[in-house]
Amino acid sequence: MAFSLLLVVVLGAGALFFVAHVAMPEDRGQHVFAPDLVRRGGELAALGYCASCHTAEKGQPFAGGRPLATPFGTIFGTNITPDPESGIGLYSPAAFARAMREGIDRVGRDLYPVFPYNHFTRLEDKDIDALYAFLMTRAAVAAQNRANQLAFPYNIRPLLAGWKLLYLDKFRVTERPDLGRYLVEGLSHCGACHTPRDRLGAEIASQHFDGGEAEDWWAPPLNANSPSPVPWTEESLFNYLRSWDAEHGGAIGPMAQVVAGLASVPEQDVRAIAAYIGSTMAKQGESDGPVEDNQTQAMQAHPQGAELYAGICATCHETGGHVPFTVASLGQHTSLYAPDPRNMIHVVLEGAHPPEGTVGAVMPAFADALSDEQIAEIIAYLRARFSGGAQWENVEDEIARIRRRTSP
Amino acid sequence: MNAPVFTPSRRNVLAGALILSFSLRALPSLAQDQDNAASKPPLPGSLKRAPMLDAWIRIDADGVITAFTGKCEIGQGIRTALMQVAAEELEVDPHAVHLITADTARTANEGFTSGSNSMKDSATAIRNAAAQVREILIGVAAERLGIAADQLHAQSGAVVGPDNRRIAYGDLVAGDVLHVTAQPVSKLKSPDALKMIGQSMPRVDIPGKVTGGIAYVHDLRLPGMVHARVVRPSSYDARLLSVDTSGIEKMPGVMKIVRDGSFLGVIAEREFQAIAAMHALTVAAKWDVATKLPDEGNIFGFIESLPAEEHVIADKHADSAPGTRTLEAVYHRPYQMHGSIGPSCAVASFDGDALTVWSHAQGMFPLRKGIAEMLHLPDEKVRCIHMEGAGCYGHNGADDAAADAALLACALPGRPVRVQWMREQEHQWEPYGPAMVSRARASLDIAGNIVDWEYEVRSNTHSTRPPGAGQFLAARHLEQPFKPGPPRPGEQPDGAGDRNSVPLYALPNVRVGYQFVPDMPLRVSALRGLGAYHNIFAIESFMDELAIAAGADPVEFRLRHMQEKRARKVIETAAQRFGWSSASMTEGSGRGFAFARYKNLGAYCAVALEVDVEHESGRVRLGRVVAAVDSGQAVNPNGIANQIQGGIVQSASWTLYESVRFNQTRILSQDWSTYPILRFGNVPESVDVHVVDAPGEPFLGTGEAAQGPAAAAIANAVTNATGTRIRHLPLSAARVKAAIGV
Amino acid sequence: MITLNVNGRSRDVDDAPNTPLLYVLRDTLELNGAKFGCGLGQCGACTVVVDGKPVFSCLTPIAILQGRKITTLEGLGTEDAPSPLQRAFIEEQAAQCGYCIPGMIMRAHALLTGNAAPTDAEIREHMNANLCRCGTHMRILQAIKRAARGMQAADARAPAQEVRP
Ligand code: FES
Ligand code: FES
Repeated sequence: MAFSLLLVVVLGAGALFFVAHVAMPEDRGQHVFAPDLVRRGGELAALGYCASCHTAEKGQPFAGGRPLATPFGTIFGTNITPDPESGIGLYSPAAFARAMREGIDRVGRDLYPVFPYNHFTRLEDKDIDALYAFLMTRAAVAAQNRANQLAFPYNIRPLLAGWKLLYLDKFRVTERPDLGRYLVEGLSHCGACHTPRDRLGAEIASQHFDGGEAEDWWAPPLNANSPSPVPWTEESLFNYLRSWDAEHGGAIGPMAQVVAGLASVPEQDVRAIAAYIGSTMAKQGESDGPVEDNQTQAMQAHPQGAELYAGICATCHETGGHVPFTVASLGQHTSLYAPDPRNMIHVVLEGAHPPEGTVGAVMPAFADALSDEQIAEIIAYLRARFSGGAQWENVEDEIARIRRRTSP
Repeated sequence: MNAPVFTPSRRNVLAGALILSFSLRALPSLAQDQDNAASKPPLPGSLKRAPMLDAWIRIDADGVITAFTGKCEIGQGIRTALMQVAAEELEVDPHAVHLITADTARTANEGFTSGSNSMKDSATAIRNAAAQVREILIGVAAERLGIAADQLHAQSGAVVGPDNRRIAYGDLVAGDVLHVTAQPVSKLKSPDALKMIGQSMPRVDIPGKVTGGIAYVHDLRLPGMVHARVVRPSSYDARLLSVDTSGIEKMPGVMKIVRDGSFLGVIAEREFQAIAAMHALTVAAKWDVATKLPDEGNIFGFIESLPAEEHVIADKHADSAPGTRTLEAVYHRPYQMHGSIGPSCAVASFDGDALTVWSHAQGMFPLRKGIAEMLHLPDEKVRCIHMEGAGCYGHNGADDAAADAALLACALPGRPVRVQWMREQEHQWEPYGPAMVSRARASLDIAGNIVDWEYEVRSNTHSTRPPGAGQFLAARHLEQPFKPGPPRPGEQPDGAGDRNSVPLYALPNVRVGYQFVPDMPLRVSALRGLGAYHNIFAIESFMDELAIAAGADPVEFRLRHMQEKRARKVIETAAQRFGWSSASMTEGSGRGFAFARYKNLGAYCAVALEVDVEHESGRVRLGRVVAAVDSGQAVNPNGIANQIQGGIVQSASWTLYESVRFNQTRILSQDWSTYPILRFGNVPESVDVHVVDAPGEPFLGTGEAAQGPAAAAIANAVTNATGTRIRHLPLSAARVKAAIGV
Repeated sequence: MITLNVNGRSRDVDDAPNTPLLYVLRDTLELNGAKFGCGLGQCGACTVVVDGKPVFSCLTPIAILQGRKITTLEGLGTEDAPSPLQRAFIEEQAAQCGYCIPGMIMRAHALLTGNAAPTDAEIREHMNANLCRCGTHMRILQAIKRAARGMQAADARAPAQEVRP
């Protein structure tokens, strides 16, 4: 509570400073956009993953409704189709640019920073124009926004002004970086998931790309702190971001949506992202030796997990990569070296299911076949076998927690 | 003369033919029939191939009725339909008919169960044979009772007289009364007297299948049976250089590792042991990977660059109004696979002298011929018995699995050997439906009528089936390999790559060409509908393109060019039941219509449907689907509806998603993750089928009738929804999205 | 020796503990219901029910099944006395080749056990794990709905029977 109080005081001070943004006038004009601008806007929307937060599962594209769990409560993605009542149809270009850069909606309310305006603030005018052109040419969907479910005091919007005072300016940059950096730090907002956040939900600048989280998945570091046993290179990042990398595997969980979007953007954009991230991940004097495999010790230490693994997982994962969408050794997957077991648990419980009709990894969900204890055994065995013995704590509790969360 | 060639021992016939050791191998060839044809009208259906009545219908002294078909049950419900047909003319309950399907030792040689010919060939034969048997029995009874035959009738397995005197069939079959040659004309029951034909009799195989009965060759368990797996080369032409089997021989349960050239297999006591040993062999085997496949990205350019034989399929010219507008279009269809849910399986048993093979291949006689050739055995030392498999939809891995089992069984005489392919083997090695390209060009006159139609289709062969031993994978991999036979283009009127390449519409000027490409970069063979799937997709897409150009409603435009009465009826029925209209729908939604008569000889089928296209992703979702079908005299309407529904849903999967992927050495479509197909999440909202009965008309093949119309209806609906025409299958989300733009 | 509880009967099997249940059911216990389709958890042909949940038997080693209740197609009913769900499949003629159907029935059985009145969307979603290549999907959906209706009707009748003396 003391913290909350402090928060109210600090943010309140900011709020006093910034109160009452002006409402931007309704824009009911007919805009005509150049086809090339709309097309680039579509590519930028994919590079910014707009759909992933603004489209509900099985919902209409960009019509909002997707629940986004944050430490402060659940926020629902909003309708950004050009519907005048429920969407952003009344936004003028200026109102749209203000929302993107300053996190203020058309009528002047502050937006929660789960909408990453702290990154979008870096966007160049021409890209904001393109995004505007793209969104305004989507099918208008009448779908009312859902009310957020936030605890006090986070439900007091004006406090956000204080938040912005604290954080937003830090992101503003003026020089035009190279394309990769521009995308990664701006539109693609990689740091939103891959940088840890402080208690106010802001990315901790000093720990840039040190690893964060998204929808209860661990988002690995995108810098030299990456625990991946197989070094990431520009090429492997490109493969991964496009579909699948033979060395590291493919995206799963929230990242899978990002990759699905990147499949349709121009190759040069994805190459630029891969090059920039490749540079941030580069390690000194790295070499690609084989993944360490302590199979014998792991079997002795976790015989039950070893047996489960052999009877279930090995069918696909111990074939030296012969089964499509498996890598030569499970030990090449970064998630095994994470600080917590969440990704492993998600994968085992939920499996992998590509969108209908598309080529992609299919892994069955084991939630029904395996008990918490059995999953914990398998994880312990794999952890011992590949990551040198350091075990995660409370794995069974985590499994139970994630089960509750994912199966209503 | 036919009769003397067919000489089963009289004893067997008298004993009710329960123990049948003779073979029907030496049946008169079709050529002989054709000689006879000059003097007599031809025998109906497959009676041409096996003219003795007791090759089709036998009746024991105890009254047990057995019908024989050389066709196979492949999930199309033929077993039930044939029982209905036999029962109808014999005036018995269908369940009283014991039906034997293709078995080289027992049934007539009816070639392959393919091309939707089973009803036309086999049901016609059985129906005529049954009618003639009935009349013979009535004749015998008349003699015995001293009553005129026209005073007698057949009823519930007996011949019944006016005073209610009855003689059971079993008491009438003494002697070889049924061992006679069929007559060309039978006294068939009149359409209005039919009791069984036309009834949606529940399929006899379903209760066993839903409760765990032995239903498939996969379920066959013989005493002493052992399990085997094969290791296929790493790519099409790879050669096995070496394999160290020493450790693998000692694995639990392993009985024998069989190697002959590049053919590699392992036999073990239990199935999972065989699988474990197969995995070990896969790792141990060293291959010379020689295969060079074309670039998948340019596969159509590659096919266009291959030499082709030119065939003219249709060329007719008449006076017509001058054309004022000409449209042209090119259509593509990729390689697509059968993808049976159950990988191919066979059981074989060799006693040191003769071999028996149980298989779900579609032709037992050709299979026998091929296996006999491969093993250097005389034909009569090989017996092939059909048992059901998972749905095959054409020539899949079944024949190859049978050859595998035969080779392995010969390596371990005395023990029946069961082989099942693994999923990745089925995906990588089955012969695919060939990639195809076609070009259409047509002109409209001022009134919007088609005056000139040109169409050319380019394709590989659509059949690489046995009998040649070289058609089996295993035989090609032997130390002394067999070579596959020369690929054949197929023949009109059925056609193969050119199947349904001639439009059924009444057009004054038509020219259709078939460019047959002998070279096959990928292994291909018959896939449900053969070229009809592509040609109907192309022709019926093009009809819509022309209708749009003419400013006409697509259904009206079709009717405008269609004179065949039954075709019109089917088109009208589908349109009316669907509630067809050309009023525009909400944005992103569209309607589509298509029609074809399968092979221009089989069932008539029209499909109307609606789709939603998600603009942002290009994803196509199917809404209501309505089809109308005329299969001639409908034997089992529910069975027909089942076939059409299934055909539509399967075609939707092909049309929206499917394309075999490969790189320059190997096939990359190895499982359902790399060859995704339709799942429940995206099946249509509903599929309604209206069977337009045609009493008294011949049975028409139905099994493949829906594939083409469903594909074209989807393509037409996507155009209707998006304003963009996509002529390249599949209509994947990415392709649709690329076509409609941002 | 591993002891399995299959369809209410306890069965001792001598297969290696890492043997997937599918092969033990088919080869050792000679039950035909579960089918091999892919062995990779992608098609559902091998689906059986373990402790009320649908499970791919091709990826479930018998070692982890001691003490758990395994139900296969054979455990639901017989040809002479089919279960309501099996009967619904017969009544809807919901099969072409039928190879996928045992897995379909078992997956549907698990659904109806937990949710007697699933919506159309729930059925489609639940059944998404199982593939059919013959295109029998529409009839499978109909059969599941028919069985659900039948079971609800039976449920509705049940209390009335209880109040009778
Ligand atoms: S056989 Fe088990 S999922 Fe396919
Ligand atoms: S009925 Fe044949 S696979 Fe489903």
